[in-house]
Amino acid sequence: MDVIAFYVFAAIAVVASLLVIGQRNPMHSVMLLIVSFGALSGLYVLLDAPFTAVTQIIVYAGAIMVLFLFVVMLLNAHTEDEVVPPTLGPHGMKVAVVLSLALAAEAIWAFSRISPTVFSNDPGLTGSISSVARIGAGIFTTHAFAFEVTSVLILVAMVGAVVIARKEA
Amino acid sequence: MPAFITPTVIAHLVLIFAVMNMLVLSSAFMVWMERKVCAYIQDRLGPNRVGFEGLLQPFADVFKLLLKEELVPKAADKLLFLLAPIISVAAALTAFSVVPFGTQITLFGLLDPPLRLEVTDVNVGILVVFAITSMGVYGIVLAGWSSNSKYSLLGGLRSSAQMISYEISYGLALAAVVMLAGSLSLREVVMNQSGYWWHLIPRWYLFLQPLGFLIFFTAGVAETNRAPFDFPEAEQELVAGYHTEYSSMSFGLFFLAEYVNMVTVSAVATSLYLGGWLGPFLPDWLGWIWFLIKTLALLFFYVWMRWTLPRYRYDQLMEFGWKYLLPVAIVNLIVTAALVIWLG
Amino acid sequence: MLRAYIPIFLFILVGIAFAIVTLIVSRLVHAEKANEVKLEPYECGIEPQTDARDRYSVRYYLVAMLFVIFDVETVFMFPWAVVLDRLALFGLIEMFLFVLILVVGYAYAWKKGALEWA
Repeated sequence: MDVIAFYVFAAIAVVASLLVIGQRNPMHSVMLLIVSFGALSGLYVLLDAPFTAVTQIIVYAGAIMVLFLFVVMLLNAHTEDEVVPPTLGPHGMKVAVVLSLALAAEAIWAFSRISPTVFSNDPGLTGSISSVARIGAGIFTTHAFAFEVTSVLILVAMVGAVVIARKEA
Repeated sequence: MPAFITPTVIAHLVLIFAVMNMLVLSSAFMVWMERKVCAYIQDRLGPNRVGFEGLLQPFADVFKLLLKEELVPKAADKLLFLLAPIISVAAALTAFSVVPFGTQITLFGLLDPPLRLEVTDVNVGILVVFAITSMGVYGIVLAGWSSNSKYSLLGGLRSSAQMISYEISYGLALAAVVMLAGSLSLREVVMNQSGYWWHLIPRWYLFLQPLGFLIFFTAGVAETNRAPFDFPEAEQELVAGYHTEYSSMSFGLFFLAEYVNMVTVSAVATSLYLGGWLGPFLPDWLGWIWFLIKTLALLFFYVWMRWTLPRYRYDQLMEFGWKYLLPVAIVNLIVTAALVIWLG
Repeated sequence: MLRAYIPIFLFILVGIAFAIVTLIVSRLVHAEKANEVKLEPYECGIEPQTDARDRYSVRYYLVAMLFVIFDVETVFMFPWAVVLDRLALFGLIEMFLFVLILVVGYAYAWKKGALEWA
């Protein structure tokens, strides 16, 4: 049952994400991205992390995608304009290949350093990670400083948004 | 018969089916109530031909809509145009799935373990309501954009900006209740409201959070795009807003979504502030009658407001949301927190 | 899998199915007699001259941006609200600081007129 559900959600997430980059209409891309986020949220539920699942929906699917939608609509982009793809310059392609290889190597290195114990199957452990009370206790005691710094980050974002949008005024 | 089909599973499926139908029927009832109340407020009789006192009028309307021609404007984005009402209805119906409406029943000893009167009880129920509410905005934005009509686009933009502006105050009011209950499960929130102060006043959160209730209900009215915040229907300026180009059943689905959303907001408000199914005189297993009465009272309030208050102007609406409701919601939350800590 | 979540997924599926079936049924029973004029977007009888999807006020974008920011803030409130009784005064001071920093940004946005609509 769990396995079937996992494959269903995973397949939806992967297919939707692939379709996002395959669309010529940016509005359709945004909708597919929301589907993909929904499937990810289903995966979080399977992982016994309901708080992460609803946060995924509230913040990503419910807030950030609304912003995306507004931006796509604001740019008056019906369909992707038939423009010549920007040229990368004589060495652009080579630089791009080197950079992406470096990124891939970095990712592989990072994943190889994660010890298997992080992915514990112990139900007691995962249960304790996922409960909202545990998350709250973690954020507001152990990581209290990080939490306060987050507010500064949000403040910067807010000032930035106002400055960018009100430039002409 | 396979082993997993137990009476409990069957009872659950029947319950889901019943709740779905009740939601759709209740919105039909709401249409009737709205027209009737409106008529009496305006000193008219209202629908009184189809069925007893016009009770079957909504069904006649549905059949009329079914037979109407459905037009998809030729400049529309056809896929998104069809998708928009589906998103609206699915989001509206799903939000009700975590609302408990009674304790539990055994159906006269037939069910063991007894069936709880709710679709499901999840430990992040309040957040699920918040999350699904935030999905409803897509139906409106997509309807407005995909129609490729000026009225639709402006209506869709306005309503979506309105919904997201009030969503934050909605969330902050929810958080204040969570603080009192110490739980995100709606069932536990209701259970925490049992009992009386001085054997007289029920321990409803309405009395602990009067401001929170006002914020929640105001934001709820704005979220459901109802008067005095009914900008999608500002017919003098926007014709019919985001659903200008919709006809037949796809229009009917938007209509249904609006009414189901009202029912959900009222049901959630009942659970959070009015003690849900708790009430005197009735035995435990009939608690859902109290739930029904309280929800209906709030729905009546919705209708009453619509036919009493004039519509806001759009700039007033946005300023009210951002400059008044939001700060008040934040202050309400912090003051509640201080009181909770001070009084234990 | 948390079993309690199955009904929510069922509800989503049934809700979508209900909407689709309704649309199909209506499509089967009603008449289709569309013509050029009927399929024009509604503009009070005047022929539309331009595409509707024009640029619109940047304020909508600003509202969406502020919404994202405050939404993130709201999400932080929920785990805090659940554990507040355990955190006691420390939790209150913590959240007070958090909100205070945000109020600075809010006041800035207000002063710069980001919350005006007229």
